[in-house]
Amino acid sequence: MCLAIPGRLVGICGDGDLRVGEVDFGGVSRDANLAFVPEAAVGDYVLVHVGFAIAVIDEAVARETLEALTMFEVLTDEETQNRGQVQVSENLYLSRVSRGGVG
Amino acid sequence: MRHLDEYRDPVAIRSVLDRIDGALAGPATLMEVCGGQTHAILKFGLDQLLPERLRLIHGPGCPVCVTPLEQIDRALAIAAAPDVTFCSFGDMLRVPGSTGDLLLAKARGADVRIVYSPMDAVAIARREPDRRVVFFAVGFETTAPANAMAALTAAREGLGNFSMLVSHVLVPPALKALLGAEDCQIDGLLAPGHVCVVTGQRDYEDLSARFHIPIVVTGFEPLDLLSGVLAAVTQLARGEAGVENQYARVALPDGNAAAMRTVREVFDVCDRKWRGLGEIPASGFGFAPAFAHLDAERVFGVSELRVEEPDDCPSGLVLQGRLLPTACPHFGKRCTPDHPLGAPMVSVEGACAAYFHYGREAVAAEEACA
Repeated sequence: MCLAIPGRLVGICGDGDLRVGEVDFGGVSRDANLAFVPEAAVGDYVLVHVGFAIAVIDEAVARETLEALTMFEVLTDEETQNRGQVQVSENLYLSRVSRGGVG
Repeated sequence: MRHLDEYRDPVAIRSVLDRIDGALAGPATLMEVCGGQTHAILKFGLDQLLPERLRLIHGPGCPVCVTPLEQIDRALAIAAAPDVTFCSFGDMLRVPGSTGDLLLAKARGADVRIVYSPMDAVAIARREPDRRVVFFAVGFETTAPANAMAALTAAREGLGNFSMLVSHVLVPPALKALLGAEDCQIDGLLAPGHVCVVTGQRDYEDLSARFHIPIVVTGFEPLDLLSGVLAAVTQLARGEAGVENQYARVALPDGNAAAMRTVREVFDVCDRKWRGLGEIPASGFGFAPAFAHLDAERVFGVSELRVEEPDDCPSGLVLQGRLLPTACPHFGKRCTPDHPLGAPMVSVEGACAAYFHYGREAVAAEEACA
């Protein structure tokens, strides 16, 4: 029930409580009420729940969170080492899978 | 960035799994509160990737599941009344009441319609002035702003043929009841990300301080869920207990002010009965006096209807994380998604349905044989 899907705002019409946006969900478009995200602008990603956008996704924060977890950036020496550790962990993981269980 | 695939990267997931393994000081039990999180954990098999000494139990965050039997019976009574068009999210249609479900009522001739948004029900009322349109307003805090806006719109337009059967529940009072139980086994909580998008985190800070328990506001993708777990077990290993926000890209500490303003205008906090948990004080929303004319319980005179929960479905224990769905004697036998004994087998967010759909019955049987 609390399912909310991220989509990109591609158009806006109306204002106030009747401000409605066209939101693109990876190729499928639906309208969403924008009353709760007055700051939303075309091009933003919004989180849509039962026909209402309830948040604008903060791209900068999303990037920071992901970078902290995935280390996708250009690799410095230290990061290359980290990447190596990821590789090691991956091998460990796979060896555990091949033994028939993870964890 | 599409804000979906990025959080399913296998290399990052394995790295976080290893960090969880390293950070875990001893056996621990975490509860993910939201049914959407339960569903994602089972769908992506995260429960099977985590170390065995880390147990995930599933919380009461499925609004369809916690709606009490008597509220379904009220819905059935209203749907059977003359000239009624009863609108609901699809999940509620197959939840068994005392005498069948809304889908059966529809088969017998009632005008029951599935809507995607509460505003769709308002549009039906506008378009079909001869119908008495009722919307089944079920949900947690995430859905409350949308339902409040539907009520506000109907009131502003003076739609005399629109009303709402309100069954809104709130997460923090239910968590307080679970954490306050003497035999509570929960060491940490993954708080429901989308509820917190709306309400903010203050209530969770109070809970964390009161019960000295780590609470991590967590999203719904695999990497979100695992980094939520990592944050919780790291706190446990350090003996800390605070609120952390893993879902900061959408969940702000103070929530969504515009949404909460609309909720407060339309709804007041009230006592609510929860399926499996009983009556919990100040645990839901009902209409504020200015919107009482939109209250379908009053319009159709069904508020006095009282029904006891049936004994044969132990959903109350499942909803408190005390019984794994596969440990229920009826799971996959008398109770399946086609013939559900209780709501957790119906809703896509119900723990029983998630275990059934993702084949955990077979896993449980294999483990029993091994």
